[in-house]
Amino acid sequence: MENRSFYNEILTEHNMRPDYKHDIENPDYELEGVNPSCGDDIILKLKVDDNGIITDGAFTGDGCAISQASADIMLGIIIGKSKDEALKYGDIFFRMIKGEATEDEIDSLEEASVLRDISHMPARVKAHPGGDVRG
Amino acid sequence: MPDYKKDFPLLVKEPTIYLDNAATSQKPECVLEAEKGFYVNHNANPLRGFYPLSMEATDIYENARKKVQQFINAKSEREIIFTRNTTESINLVAYSYGLSNIKKGDEIVVSIMEHHSNMLPWQMVARNTGAELKYLECEADGSVSEETIEKVITDKTKLVACGHVSNVLGRVNPIDKIIKRAHDYGAVVVIDAAQSAPHMGIDVSAMDADFLAFSGHKMFGPMGIGVLYGKEKLLNAMPPFLTGGEMIESVTREGAKYAELPHKFEAGTVNAAGAAGLAAAIDFIEKIGFDVMEEREAALTAMAMEGLKAIPHVKILGSENPSEHTGIITFVIDDVHPHDVSAILEADGIDVRAGHHCAQPLLAHLGVRSATRASIMYYNTEEEIKALIDSAATVRKRMGYGE
Ligand SMILES: Cc1ncc(COP(=O)(O)O)c(C=O)c1O
Repeated sequence: MENRSFYNEILTEHNMRPDYKHDIENPDYELEGVNPSCGDDIILKLKVDDNGIITDGAFTGDGCAISQASADIMLGIIIGKSKDEALKYGDIFFRMIKGEATEDEIDSLEEASVLRDISHMPARVKAHPGGDVRG
Repeated sequence: MPDYKKDFPLLVKEPTIYLDNAATSQKPECVLEAEKGFYVNHNANPLRGFYPLSMEATDIYENARKKVQQFINAKSEREIIFTRNTTESINLVAYSYGLSNIKKGDEIVVSIMEHHSNMLPWQMVARNTGAELKYLECEADGSVSEETIEKVITDKTKLVACGHVSNVLGRVNPIDKIIKRAHDYGAVVVIDAAQSAPHMGIDVSAMDADFLAFSGHKMFGPMGIGVLYGKEKLLNAMPPFLTGGEMIESVTREGAKYAELPHKFEAGTVNAAGAAGLAAAIDFIEKIGFDVMEEREAALTAMAMEGLKAIPHVKILGSENPSEHTGIITFVIDDVHPHDVSAILEADGIDVRAGHHCAQPLLAHLGVRSATRASIMYYNTEEEIKALIDSAATVRKRMGYGE
C-alpha cells in the first residue's frame, strides 16, 4: 500500500486533473447534489440538443476524490449520448456502487468501472450520491 | 505507563486505533455491568410502584441523580434533570425557557463555535418569538476576546448559549467572562458541556451557569442518558417540556398539577439503567482521576500536534498550543478531501471523524468546508499516536500527489 496510490490511478488522475470541471453558460439542465455529511456541493450542468443528445456537460464544486472522479468519468461517458442512454448508464453506476450490477454492465461503464471497489466501502456508498450519512 | 485499555472490553478485543472519542467514548466494564445489573437484579418501573423492586429501581435512579449533583457541585438534586443527551437537554431549555421568556425585540447570543445542537434550538426560538439571533465570533485560533464579548452581549440580550469546549477546536472558552457579562445585563447562560464533562472537573456553582448540558455517552457512560443542570429558581418557573406520565401530581378532566422538580421535566418511563451506568461512569472517572487523565491526554495531544505539524501540507485548526485542545485535533491536508484522508487512515486501522462535525457555521467562519478530526482519550497510547502521524504523512502520496 505504502508507495502505491490508495485509490486506483485512474481515479486519482481524474480527481487531480479532471477533464470536465468547469462552468458552462446557458445549460439546459442544472442539478445540485449536496452531501449532508460534509456539506459538499457539486453542481452538474448539461446541454441537450433538440434530438435529446447531450452535447456538452461539466461540473463545479468540492468533493472527495470518489465524487470528483465519478462526476468526471461519467461526464466523459454520457457526452454525445442520448438522455435515455445517459440515464441507463447512471442506473448501472448506482447499482455498481451498491454491488448489484453484472460484470457485463460494469464493463459497459469503461473507465467508471474502477469505481466498483467503493461497493466494498459501505460508508462511502452511503455518503455518496443519494446517501444519508449524518454529521 | 499502566495499561488503561484493560478496563474497556471493546478496546481489549478490537485491535482498532480508536481516535473518535469526541463522538463517543468507549465504555468500561463497570459501566456495562451497572447497566446490565439494573435489568438483571432491580428491573421495575421506577417512581411508580410501592413494592420493593420498584423502590429499589427508584433508589438506583435517584442515587444516580445525587451522584451527578455531587459530580458537578450543584446545590440540590432538584437541579439535575435526566434527559437522553445534550441535544435533548438544550432543546428542553429552548422550548420551555426560551419560548416563554424571550420576546420580540430581545436578543439571543450564540457562539459561532457551537455544535448544531446548541445552535438550531436557538434559531428556532428566534424564529418563533421574533427575537434577534446574534453570533459571538471567535478568532482563527479559537480565542474569544473580551471586546467581542462586551460588544455582542448588551442590555438587549436575554440568553447566551455557548460551549464550554468546542468539539472542533478543543479550546476552553472564557465562559467565566461570558457568564459575568451576561449576568451583568440580566441574561441567562446555557453552557454546552458535552466536550468538557469527559475531560475536566465542572463546578456549576463556582461557574454560576444558569443551565448546563452534557451527555453520558461521551464520558464513559451509556448512550441514551444525558443531563440538564438548571438553577432551581429558573426550573421552578418553567413550564414542562413534555407532558404525560410520571411528571404529574394529579390530573383532572380540566388539567393537571405538575410534579415537583426534577420530575416535572422527566415525563414518561425514565432510563434508570442508563442512569445507573452514568453513576458507574462517574465513579470510574473519580477512581482514575481527572488529573491523571488530563496529564495523559495533554502529553498525547502534544505528541500528535508536533508530529502532524511537521508534515508538509498539514494544517491544524485552532490554537498552536497543544494545551488548548482538550485532546481534539482537527486538521486539513492540502488538496485532499477529508473523506479521502479518513478513508486512508481507516485503511491503516485508525478511526477518525471526517466531515463538518455538526459545526458548519464554525467551519465556514474558519474558511474550510470540512476537516478530519482525531480526538484523544487518556486510554490512547503513544504507539497509536505514532500510527496516526505515520499514516497522515503518507496521505498526499497515496492520493497521487508528489509529497
Ligand atoms: C459540543 C457538543 N455539543 C453537543 C453534542 C451533541 O451531543 P449528543 O449527540 O449526545 O446530544 C456534541 C456531540 O456530538 C458536542 O460535541
